[in-house]
Amino acid sequence: MCLGIPGQIIEITDKDNLIAKVDVSGVKRPVNIACIVNDEHPVENCINDWVLVHVGFAMSRIDEEEAKKTLTLLNELGEIQEEIAAMNASQVILEN
Amino acid sequence: MKYVDEFRDPIKAKALFNEIHALKDKIKRVDNKPLQLMEFCGGHTHTIFRYGIEQMLPDWIELVHGPGCPVCVLPMGRVDDCVTLAERPDVIFTTFGDAMRVPGSKKSLLQAKADGADIRMVYSPLDALELARKNLDRQVIFFALGFETTMPSTALTVLQAESEGIENFSLFCNHITTVPTIKAILDSPDMQIDGFLAPGHVSMVVGEKPFEFVAETYDKPIVVTGFEPLDILQSIWMVLKQLAENRCEVENQYARIVAATGNPPGLDAISKVFELREFFEWRGLGSIDHSGVKMREHFSGFDAERKFSVPNIKIADPKSCQCGEVLKGVIRPWECKVFGSSCTPEIPMGALMVSTEGACAAYYNFGNLPELLAKRKQKKLNNDTEESAA
Repeated sequence: MCLGIPGQIIEITDKDNLIAKVDVSGVKRPVNIACIVNDEHPVENCINDWVLVHVGFAMSRIDEEEAKKTLTLLNELGEIQEEIAAMNASQVILEN
Repeated sequence: MKYVDEFRDPIKAKALFNEIHALKDKIKRVDNKPLQLMEFCGGHTHTIFRYGIEQMLPDWIELVHGPGCPVCVLPMGRVDDCVTLAERPDVIFTTFGDAMRVPGSKKSLLQAKADGADIRMVYSPLDALELARKNLDRQVIFFALGFETTMPSTALTVLQAESEGIENFSLFCNHITTVPTIKAILDSPDMQIDGFLAPGHVSMVVGEKPFEFVAETYDKPIVVTGFEPLDILQSIWMVLKQLAENRCEVENQYARIVAATGNPPGLDAISKVFELREFFEWRGLGSIDHSGVKMREHFSGFDAERKFSVPNIKIADPKSCQCGEVLKGVIRPWECKVFGSSCTPEIPMGALMVSTEGACAAYYNFGNLPELLAKRKQKKLNNDTEESAA
């Protein structure tokens, strides 16, 4: 929960509500980007940003190298599998 | 140094270990006792165990694994409240997966689900909100837990629910706060912490300023720390360096993620939705003033505590369970009477065994179990001998 997981913003799906589609290790899911948007970095500029995603919210912009390092760490801690499983399980609930 | 080659940069890791060793004679220690450094955050605890950092440190440094795992400090009474809410026929109860196996006084959420309650694990509070949109005839409650790291997410979800006028969504708010908890630790008479590693992602939200009191009022060094093994080593070195130079400051080792001012939009959402509780009850630590938040009056329609009746009964931890002493660093996890016997990750009795971020689960999974149990037996023999001699 506290480590978060890196992902890359691929599309802004709901500009008014600041929702983007983010690719997290191959899983694409809606993520709220309110915490990484400001006057200097408006919504339009967020595409392709690497972000640290905590429970569906992008909490920090990171560079690609940091993203890769963090993914390696999460993999070694066994947490990447847990996060991805949680995301997938959540999507199944929503589709039903 | 059996694990050092696993560090992403073994040369840097070795250099840091050498620097740490070299500081030994520059730091004053009371009665030659080991220095106690506390990593507050469960994420740090997990990294420390996974990479064997503790075993690699010299014996004059002891790491105390702090209470920063929200699942681990959840008292049984609150789990009972969750079960009560979840068993209402009109409710869909949603939670992060971590909380499912935490024991309540009668059952865990997992058992309640097996007994027929509609409990669903979600990845995000946003998913709980989506369930509310799709099930207008049901009340969807999200179990909001976690430190400041997860507070912006639940606050923003409530603000979204309000703006859409979704009335069947509410939070069961059990968020806890870091700063009052560190203060309680510093005020506790049986704890002698010499320095702190501050939680990286809590700091990402709240910034550096809230930790200044640790240095200014309590004269202890504190370093905001990242989650890589090298981050942790470097922060330990930074804390020791402050001690050696008689400095007490907030330093930021994790500046690549943590801005000094934190995350303004996140903080803004938190202060809109939440306010401090007078006190919050922790498993093992008891009641700590201002260590939790509740929802502001304005959001009472989204507050499960106000919308439904919640028993809110205080339940004492099982007597044989010593989570509290472990959380305070009074005993090591393997010294607990039930560690590895009646309390295991498969059937946890205490919360520190439930989460992979809990100190007991970490010792169980990454430590040498037979060796630890033998050590406990030896320690008990020594204590018994001492007692009969006295």
